[in-house]
Amino acid sequence: MIEANTPFLRMVRSFWPLVSLSLLLLIIVAAVDLSGDIILAQTLIEGLVRIVIVAALYMFIGNSGIISFGHIGFVMVGAYATAWQTCCPYTREMFMPGLPEYLLNTSHHFIPAILLGGLLAALVALIAGFAIMRMSGIAASIGTFAFMMVLYSAYLRWSTWTSGASSVIGLPTTTTPWVGYVYAVIALAAAYFYSRSKWGLALRSSRDDEVAAKAAGVNVFGQRLLAFVISAFFCGMAGGLFGHFLGMLTVDSFYLGMTFITLSMLVVGGMQSLTGAVVGVIMLSVVIDVLRRLETGVGSFSIPSSSAEVGVGLILLIILIFRRTGLTGNAEIYWPFKADISSSGAMKRQS
Amino acid sequence: MDYIIQTVISALSVGSFYALGALGIGLLFSVLRLINFAHGDFITVGGFALIVPSSAVVATVAIGGLHPAIMVVAIVAIVVALAVISYFLVFQHSQTSSPATMMIVSFALGYTLQNLIVMIYGGRPKAVNIFPSLTGQVQLSDGVSVQILQLVIIAVTWILLIALVLFLKRTRVGVQMRAAAEDFRMARMLGVNGKNVIALAFVLSGGLAGIMSILFVTQTGVLIFRMGVPIMLFFFIATVIGGMGSLVGAVVGGYSVGIVSVVLSAILPEELRGFRDACVFILVIVILLARPQGIVLTKAAKERV
Repeated sequence: MIEANTPFLRMVRSFWPLVSLSLLLLIIVAAVDLSGDIILAQTLIEGLVRIVIVAALYMFIGNSGIISFGHIGFVMVGAYATAWQTCCPYTREMFMPGLPEYLLNTSHHFIPAILLGGLLAALVALIAGFAIMRMSGIAASIGTFAFMMVLYSAYLRWSTWTSGASSVIGLPTTTTPWVGYVYAVIALAAAYFYSRSKWGLALRSSRDDEVAAKAAGVNVFGQRLLAFVISAFFCGMAGGLFGHFLGMLTVDSFYLGMTFITLSMLVVGGMQSLTGAVVGVIMLSVVIDVLRRLETGVGSFSIPSSSAEVGVGLILLIILIFRRTGLTGNAEIYWPFKADISSSGAMKRQS
Repeated sequence: MDYIIQTVISALSVGSFYALGALGIGLLFSVLRLINFAHGDFITVGGFALIVPSSAVVATVAIGGLHPAIMVVAIVAIVVALAVISYFLVFQHSQTSSPATMMIVSFALGYTLQNLIVMIYGGRPKAVNIFPSLTGQVQLSDGVSVQILQLVIIAVTWILLIALVLFLKRTRVGVQMRAAAEDFRMARMLGVNGKNVIALAFVLSGGLAGIMSILFVTQTGVLIFRMGVPIMLFFFIATVIGGMGSLVGAVVGGYSVGIVSVVLSAILPEELRGFRDACVFILVIVILLARPQGIVLTKAAKERV
């Protein structure tokens, strides 16, 4: 078998979960690209955007152990911030008349626009996190949830900037499968390196035992805030991608439905594993796609409407009842070849 | 003056409704540490149980057409059964998870219930008219007229509250429930059957939800598969503000949220009214930070290391 004793192999091995997940996604994207199926490509782009969101959720939830119900608010912040810069130059004033002069007259390229969208989301998270990250356990979860509701109801009413209850239409649809792939890999890499960094490890120690971590000198509040801000940054970027995938934005699409789907994906895959994030997205995306196709009918056979939603709900319940660590059991993909004892500890179980 | 009396009565009736809902959530949280996000959907199911299951555009009443007493008993029985089944099928198995995980469980249950309703009844709103006489107005004095239903809601709430207090103070199982709410482990060691107590909490919570679904449908006259979600959010805020796990707190929280929201929409200028919900949720975060145990303090609320 291959023993990882050349420098290159050793490097591949230490990043193996990241490398294998990127390769897996590469194969999927290439296969869909070659097949030329347009509907499948749409599902794929949506799935890749969700991978960015779920990887960001993993960064915060997986490492801090605090379940956040609020990250979709950051997706919304990023999505609208991107739309202010790129959307529909000729009709922007019609949809969002309240924008300042500069934003009304200038359009940015979508890559810096998405980056700025992510930064705005991170800034919002920094401000909110100063309050919310002081709490622990269920109080912190409720705090994130309440903050999502604040953002949602504020954006819904702030119609001169967001079009409120109606939609902003006419964003350039620049999120192709390959663009989505690049962002997904960036998000996965960030999540992987963050959770293995000294900050990630400090945060994990507070997840496993908050009192002991504090006693060992971990600034729990600071580490949580850092993770919150980084993950909000990626959520914001995902929002930009999402807007440029659909070509339109409504405040209502960034609400409980999206919160539920993305959180389900993380839980189904395994909350404390990056592999779990990807596996959860793939698994639920496939289930939703198949059930949706069956809903519209294959030949004379069709299943009742909203079967896809019921299916997702039931899968989540079953996972939560019978396998709380998710499909991956909170483990990462480990090096498939013979273990090399000389280098320290194979990353079999990360969590 | 007349306007003030009308506002007060409407604030009290909204507050009563929220208090009942918060109580349904508080009962479960006190013994199980579960914030039941499916509570609103229990109410929805109770509402839909009034009509014949079909996706037809026009709703045909089934249970809703029976004698009022039979109808109330049947709806309450259905919702209680749903609550108990969801305990034995779902919540029982996740009892040992963290409260936040149980919150996801209840989210999943609520989401599944909503979409099962869409599957059976279709996604369109349906008009249904029960107790049409209650939606009329009644003259209290010169110039002061209020909806009869508002008075009914206040009365029903207080009857239920008194009944619940008597039950918790005077009966054996009631005392056991209060003991379990105080310290679940200790109560079990002293011979309280934990499973029975939790099942009983689900029965009570489901019973409240069943009565609320009748009140709610009488008021709105329409059935929508998502109608439980917005009211659930208010119950949730009320529970947090009052102090999670405290039943007195749930009632106080329910009335505060009801009164504050009615008063705010009465006095806020038009352009700020839209931001009312945002302000209420900011208030939730502030309360969590400044007084995490809520307005009313319970012994069980203190976090143990």
